[in-house]
Amino acid sequence: MMAVGIGHYLVVSAILLVLGIFGIFLNRKNVIVILMAIELILLAVNLNLVAFSAAQNDLAGQILAMLVLTVAAAEAAIGLAIVVVYFRNRGSIQVEDVNLMKG
Amino acid sequence: MITQVLFYLFAAVLIVSAAMVVSARNPVHSVLFLILAFFNAAALFLIAGAEFLAMTLVIVYVGAVAVLFLFVVMMLDVDFAELRGGFQRYLPVGAAVGIVLLVELTIVLGGWKLAPGSVKAHMSPTPANISNTEALGRLLYTDYIFLFQASGLVLLVAMIGAIVLTLRDRKTSRHQNIRVQTERSVAETLEMMTVELGASTNRSGGFLRPKPPEPEKVEEPAGGHGHGHH
Repeated sequence: MMAVGIGHYLVVSAILLVLGIFGIFLNRKNVIVILMAIELILLAVNLNLVAFSAAQNDLAGQILAMLVLTVAAAEAAIGLAIVVVYFRNRGSIQVEDVNLMKG
Repeated sequence: MITQVLFYLFAAVLIVSAAMVVSARNPVHSVLFLILAFFNAAALFLIAGAEFLAMTLVIVYVGAVAVLFLFVVMMLDVDFAELRGGFQRYLPVGAAVGIVLLVELTIVLGGWKLAPGSVKAHMSPTPANISNTEALGRLLYTDYIFLFQASGLVLLVAMIGAIVLTLRDRKTSRHQNIRVQTERSVAETLEMMTVELGASTNRSGGFLRPKPPEPEKVEEPAGGHGHGHH
């Protein structure tokens, strides 16, 4: 069992998740900060997984957290590559300017 | 006791730095606060007993992802003051969504409890007497080997995707062109010259045959933003 109760971890992780989603809404124009907010959200998920894994004495949660870590790293690499290519083509990274596909 | 104090310290710094990530004026500061947040999350992992994941978090996130963010932020010369424009406009809706989400999460957290028989459903109980890293390794390479391979595949796809996205052919880049190499004839490759005594080779045209073309000036697109190479 952990020295700190699982409830504390869940509260921290919930606040982190809300901050990440708040960041997506707040920085509607800046793609890079949106990507960072997504990283925060995934960090909150990882914190939850690790807290439950420790509280339940079950290592499967930590394995899953590792998978989330991998996917987050891949997502950051691809996202930043897209941002770089987009900036090269359009000279701007404003989300509102992204209308090449007429969505 | 000291563990609780440390937990609250790290959690407080984590939340404050996460708030600074989303609200900092300068994206470089955002990245630096993101690094601070990752360090504190790693400390929280350590308190929970997940040593291997804590170290992985520091190595992968701080060592790779955050540095990648830093590179991209500094590489793109974006007018970041302009990007801050709609800050006040988006603040109410963001705050509304955040508060709704927080209330929902509070309701879920308040009414949450563990099912009594859930201990029997454990997939892989933590073994006693071995370290966290060893236990994870034993588990990862046996029961979860397909998950491990799948994450390797994810990384491979991400790597290829990033390279394919950002690779571009420039006129000035030098590739090996095998057809041109094999089609070289003696006439255009060799030249008999009489070199003056003490004269440098550069004055009579250099060594390279056929003579390399003059490097042509790359035309900047008029009226563009100055970066628009397609």
